[in-house]
Amino acid sequence: MTITTLAELAADLDQGKRSSVEITKDYLGRIKASHHNAFISVNEDLAIGQAQAADAQRANGNKHTLLGIPVAQKDIFCIEGTQTTCGSKILENFIAPYTATVVQNMQDRGVVSLGKTNMDEFAMGSSNETSHFGSVSNPWGSEETKLVPGGSSGGSASAVSALLAPAATGTDTGGSIRQPAAFCNLTGIKPSYGRCSRYGMIAFASSLDQAGPMTHTAEDAALLLNTMAGFDAKDSTSLDVPAEDFSACLNDSLDGLKIGLPKEFFGDGLDDEMASIIETAVKEFESMGAVIKEVSLPNSHLALPSYYVIAPAEASSNLSRFDGVRYGYRAEEYNDLVDMYTKTRTEAFGDEVKRRIMIGAYALSSGYYDAYYSQAQKLRRLISNDFTDAFGECDVIMGPTTPSPAFEAGSRSGDPVSMYLNDIYTIPANLAGLPAGSIPAGFTKSGLPTGLHLITPYLQEAKMLNIAHKFQQVTDWHMRTAPNAISGGKA
Amino acid sequence: MFTWDKRWEVVIGLEVHTQLQTKSKIFSGSSIAYGAEPNTQASAVDIALPGVLPVMNLEAARLAVKFGLAIGAHINKRNVFARKNYFYPDLPKGYQISQMELPIVGLGSLEIETDDGIKTIGITRAHLEEDAGKSLHEDFHGQTGIDLNRAGTPLLEIVSEPDMRSPAEAVAYLRKLHSLVRYIEICDGNMQEGSFRCDANVSVRPRGQEELGTRTELKNINSFRFVERAMEYEIERQIDILEDGGSITQETRLYDSDKHETRSMRSKEEAHDYRYFPDPDLPPMVLEDSFLDEVRATLPELPTAKKERFQSEFGLSLDDAQMLTADRETADFFETITKSTKAESKVVANWMSGELFANLNKSELELSESPISTSQFALLLDRIADKTLSGNTAKKVFSALWEKEGEVDEIIEAKGLKQITDTGAIEAVVDEVIAACSEQVQQFKDGNEKVIGFLVGQVMQKSRGKANPQMANEMLRKKLS
Repeated sequence: MTITTLAELAADLDQGKRSSVEITKDYLGRIKASHHNAFISVNEDLAIGQAQAADAQRANGNKHTLLGIPVAQKDIFCIEGTQTTCGSKILENFIAPYTATVVQNMQDRGVVSLGKTNMDEFAMGSSNETSHFGSVSNPWGSEETKLVPGGSSGGSASAVSALLAPAATGTDTGGSIRQPAAFCNLTGIKPSYGRCSRYGMIAFASSLDQAGPMTHTAEDAALLLNTMAGFDAKDSTSLDVPAEDFSACLNDSLDGLKIGLPKEFFGDGLDDEMASIIETAVKEFESMGAVIKEVSLPNSHLALPSYYVIAPAEASSNLSRFDGVRYGYRAEEYNDLVDMYTKTRTEAFGDEVKRRIMIGAYALSSGYYDAYYSQAQKLRRLISNDFTDAFGECDVIMGPTTPSPAFEAGSRSGDPVSMYLNDIYTIPANLAGLPAGSIPAGFTKSGLPTGLHLITPYLQEAKMLNIAHKFQQVTDWHMRTAPNAISGGKA
Repeated sequence: MFTWDKRWEVVIGLEVHTQLQTKSKIFSGSSIAYGAEPNTQASAVDIALPGVLPVMNLEAARLAVKFGLAIGAHINKRNVFARKNYFYPDLPKGYQISQMELPIVGLGSLEIETDDGIKTIGITRAHLEEDAGKSLHEDFHGQTGIDLNRAGTPLLEIVSEPDMRSPAEAVAYLRKLHSLVRYIEICDGNMQEGSFRCDANVSVRPRGQEELGTRTELKNINSFRFVERAMEYEIERQIDILEDGGSITQETRLYDSDKHETRSMRSKEEAHDYRYFPDPDLPPMVLEDSFLDEVRATLPELPTAKKERFQSEFGLSLDDAQMLTADRETADFFETITKSTKAESKVVANWMSGELFANLNKSELELSESPISTSQFALLLDRIADKTLSGNTAKKVFSALWEKEGEVDEIIEAKGLKQITDTGAIEAVVDEVIAACSEQVQQFKDGNEKVIGFLVGQVMQKSRGKANPQMANEMLRKKLS
């Protein structure tokens, strides 16, 4: 089976070749037949109802590009009337009574919500192994070598890669869109902080969280981002900037484009094979007229320690609302209030979530605040300043998305630090609030996808998508089908 | 005067939570009206559903700035919301959004009147925060109900310096603050409904010692009466311990008004580590100069300025000016009347502090509920000025107005209270009195000046109070000379 892009589906719908109901039912069938555990819940009636409504709107002359196209939603987004778990036992039975702005924006433009994808619990993880609803398999692995899809948006990545959905939403706090996109051979974009509303997106680390598209192509990512982004008065950190068409300059020439390669992203710890794949990819840009420059992000080694103070600190507070009082899981037996809190949270949070709550509470506690939290914020500013300096010399920063390709399930789950190192290249963009993305750049000898990481200046998503799109015009890595994608059925 | 005055010095600082008079909550659009059915004013944001976010209600900032300007405080044009983390069932998010390092209102002060004259009390800061909900322990058969209607109600917490040296000063400060927040219309001041709540930090130290003693924090002192009694109890408790050679434990104590005692709630060791940090959901609030100017323009004349103006413009004594500017309603009532009556301002002041306030107190009414309107009151005083009424007959009209028996002139007419100023009519009564009281007439002629009062009284009695007493006096003297 071959890949079908959003653009192709949109053309089919536009020409009346297929209806939204047909397309939606096709994907619902694939999901049912799959064994990747990519979805936590699928509400078929809701999806088909939305597809029918979209078909009716099209008959009435509605011409929105993505009208009637089904997209999988990460289970971090509240959608009214659907189970919304965030990958946690504590929200196993939570039915959201309202819809996240990002999803609402998509629904307002006729996008069909196909189902809720699996994820690391509360988006904390890089392998989707912390989900209460079980691990997710990477379609680029096999029965014998079970590979992780990356995380935390592992379900979304696996679903799109396995052709169970033509596209999906993800969220990225330290790399949770880009790392799984790299592991599953997808295009994944983390927009500038504030582009997409966080209202209705269950918070992990509020100052870093950002929603974005996960697709096969840059063209699709632009189309999907167009429907997701926009100012939202319900989110005080949402950017009040005019709406932008991210597809507008996809085909602009890259002649004279200055590509910055930070020496810090090509040092120790990077897989040799991947380094050479990235090198080859960069050469493609050179042949399109781009100029390569070595730049420096001297404080990038401080990103990981800074992130692992700030993100857990915010998370420790954000997750306090899951206390068993008003909604979600509550321990069955308890002696008093404190016992109820303790048992509820002990029984319903997984180890990784507990670990981060403890790290965060410690970093914020009296006597340690200055040594950890304040210090981490200072580092954050230094890292941000590094980018400002680097972008004085280049238009885009490139490097590998991850230090190594997808790893085997279970191989790192016992070692948090080796797991955290997965995000070493992606975290700096979150700390600086910059747009960043991962696009397929080639394969290792053993056939594993490698992601090329792109970072552009603030609000320059359109430029990034232009760069990605031009690359995808001269390469076909992104159109390779995963060996364990769904087989049979109509494409 | 308490016995502790000689050896011990009392140090008190107050933290006052005032509920701001906005229409909606500080971070959501829910109403803050008091008394609604439980949880009917609690939105997705108020109950902290997963994924919801706070959005600042600018009206709360406006009211906070208004307070800051009224106490001459520094306004932090860039101020920051912080999360105060702790678990409690009526705190839905598991943290309260408050302000820590950069509050909206910085250092300011308030003047209070004490027995030793005017004293300035420093106000350290005033910060915005959200209220928690309420735990309801009745009616749930051993379980606890939670009402989140109050959760998210905007509060301004006003923190004083430890500048007060007696419970009386603390109460004076509290009353002044209570008057001010109502004056500038940022808080309704209703203590029963919890719109104005006070916690007190109390310590004692040997007189002459610079270093502060260990303090305790008193909670739950929500009436002026309780504040003073709670502090007196606590001061005596601390002095007893110190005089017995003990030491004070830093702790939070709860005042029980029924038992008139304070008891320990939690010690410093048990105190929460609130893990404050800047709220990443709310960017720092940046106030433009134009915003401050806009708020400044809405500030009414403040009590001190008004008091001084009342003295200079209306020639009132300090006491009268103080009494009339204690709250805004009284001042407005006075000014409305004094500007529309021919009576002197002093007379207006006397009638307000006398008949009006006495009757209001007796009927337990607020000034705004007075059965006599400002225009009726002004006309009544006009009738004294134009000599239609004497002081005594005016009181009769006042009573009739109070009972809503009609308008001023109707009452005068109906009751026949119009003062007799016709010389002939008075002369007839005077002649009658001279004829009837020969004994007293003789005494006066013999030089007993005092008797004239009796004779005037007789004239008044015979005229049923309607004769102009001054004219009767003059006429008697003329006829008897």
